[in-house]
Amino acid sequence: MKKYDFVIIGNSAGGIGCVETLRTLDKDASIAVISDEKYHTYSRALIPYYLDGKIEFDKMYYRPLDFYERMRVDALLGIRITEIDFDKKILKSDDGVVGYGKLLLATGGKPFVPPIEGIDKKKVFTFVKMDDVIGIKDALQSAEKAVVLGGGVIGLMVAEVLKKRGLEVTVVELADRVLAPVVDRTTSMFVEDAFRENGVKIITGNTIKKVLGKENVESVVLEDGTEIPADLLVVGIGVMPRIELVKDTAIETNRGIVVNSRMETTVKDVYACGDCAEVYDFLFDAKRPLPLWPIAYAGGRIAAFNMCGIDREYTNAIAMNAMHFFDLYIINAGLNVADDEEGYEILKKFDEENRIYRKIVLREGKIAGMILVGEVERAGVIINLMRREVDVISFKERLLDGDFGYADLPESIRWRLLYNDVILGVVREP
Amino acid sequence: MRILSKPEVCIGCHLCEIWCAVAHSRSKDIIKAFLYEEPKPVSRIVVEDRMPVSFAIQCRNCDEPECVTACISGALYKDIDGRVVHDSSKCVGCYSCVMACPYGSIRIDKSTQKVVKCDLCDGDPVCVRICPNDALMIVEEGEAYEEV
Ligand SMILES: Cc1cc2nc3c(=O)[nH]c(=O)nc-3n(C[C@H](O)[C@H](O)[C@H](O)COP(=O)(O)OP(=O)(O)OC[C@H]3O[C@@H](n4cnc5c(N)ncnc54)[C@H](O)[C@@H]3O)c2cc1C
Repeated sequence: MKKYDFVIIGNSAGGIGCVETLRTLDKDASIAVISDEKYHTYSRALIPYYLDGKIEFDKMYYRPLDFYERMRVDALLGIRITEIDFDKKILKSDDGVVGYGKLLLATGGKPFVPPIEGIDKKKVFTFVKMDDVIGIKDALQSAEKAVVLGGGVIGLMVAEVLKKRGLEVTVVELADRVLAPVVDRTTSMFVEDAFRENGVKIITGNTIKKVLGKENVESVVLEDGTEIPADLLVVGIGVMPRIELVKDTAIETNRGIVVNSRMETTVKDVYACGDCAEVYDFLFDAKRPLPLWPIAYAGGRIAAFNMCGIDREYTNAIAMNAMHFFDLYIINAGLNVADDEEGYEILKKFDEENRIYRKIVLREGKIAGMILVGEVERAGVIINLMRREVDVISFKERLLDGDFGYADLPESIRWRLLYNDVILGVVREP
Repeated sequence: MRILSKPEVCIGCHLCEIWCAVAHSRSKDIIKAFLYEEPKPVSRIVVEDRMPVSFAIQCRNCDEPECVTACISGALYKDIDGRVVHDSSKCVGCYSCVMACPYGSIRIDKSTQKVVKCDLCDGDPVCVRICPNDALMIVEEGEAYEEV
């Protein structure tokens, strides 16, 4: 049996974030990355771009093809771990066993597929991995009409691409608007308008009751009885933490794997990060799954420090999304959905004609959330103020300016934030 | 290598932005770049000004860059010399880096929908060279700047 100092299950954002940091901190340790997907590390967030034809297959790779070699990492790909023995510190699979000194679980998420009659027919796809997109690409050759179940980020991304590929597309969303938990109502309306203008049909407040067809899907029947013909159905509702490997073990799970701020699970020498875990969202003041690429990568990095015995905590995770649908660009972060709720002050700029919308949510003088639509450049400056919990009361109106920047801040705050970036005191009184 | 800014002597002339754009244009000629080039070249440096305050800021090449963490395509990475590099051929224009950069130093090139960032002009940054007031200064890693 081969034993490694560090083993990582998951060859994606979280896993790679960990590998790169481990190798920076420890030049000699033996490291293995394991995944049941057979591909060189790739970005699942790019599958809409690949389906769209915007990028070629080789651009899906997240790191160059010599990555494992350069990192001196054994990549055990196409191998599914079926069981972990935490006492003996071994991982079991159909292809044999692997021992570990320290283990990172970066097993990601799995797509949620609701139990709908007929959903097991052919030409029904989820949209989270390379094999999904390869399957959809294949099915596209004969498809004309598509239904997408789910008007969240993933559902809308696939709907846009299918429309651009020439299909007639209908999105079915259970909530009364698209992107419901992610952005506020105004932003949802901008997005729905963009889809309608581009000829995508959006049905809200409804869901699929039945999938009809012989072998392949031929149509779907909604709750209200409407039947929509479809020769392709994509289920894009969202992902759930993939925790089957540790279910009913000593590892505590909630919705996802429970970790502390050092990304340690409840079992010694076992860490977790990314879509499979719950992280502390400091604006939300609670642990919850935040299935986002940067959170997975950053979690992997924090885990790597602690796996090497260097104390590091992940304390500033927040929900944030950069999205675009047709020509509409959106960046949102934190508790942006709040509207006129007690304890929040809302600042807004709304320019319907130019499709510009800015909203800043304040709580106790600090930024708790924000949405920028149309005008997204320099969004990171605002997010930085949010993560550093800067009191913005004295310059709050400026936050609505399209060119808001550090120059808008009072001097004392500005130079504190840019302490390492500027040289002050070069001009002396004569 | 990092470029530091001296706000007290910056006069907000925006020449660094202009020459940065020229250096990243196709013709590298100021007249041609601004008059005839389509798309117009984009500056990688930003002068923030709310007079009397002004200062220029570009990529800080952070030790643990938020943009690299956020990049979903692998287009942004940190090279062996510690520079944050953007491989445009891999960029899909998702703007995750625009969201993540605390300095607002990743810029959008509207003509390609991709992003652009400071590349330190291969070690001889034009912004530092042309600043008429010496308001920009190169500092090598680990070296403290000299007090004037
Ligand atoms: C279409 C789409 C678009 C997205 N766009 C964005 C975006 O723009 N911005 C953003 O922030 N996020 C986006 N996301 C979310 C982002 O991709 C995820 O948050 C990220 O991939 C999480 O990384 P991870 O390392 O936690 O897990 P994953 O990427 O899910 O990878 C986990 C890996 O572990 C493997 N694995 C699991 N269990 C086992 C086992 N027992 N044995 C072996 N291998 C196993 C899995 O097969 C998988 O390969 C998008 C997601 C999708 C699907």
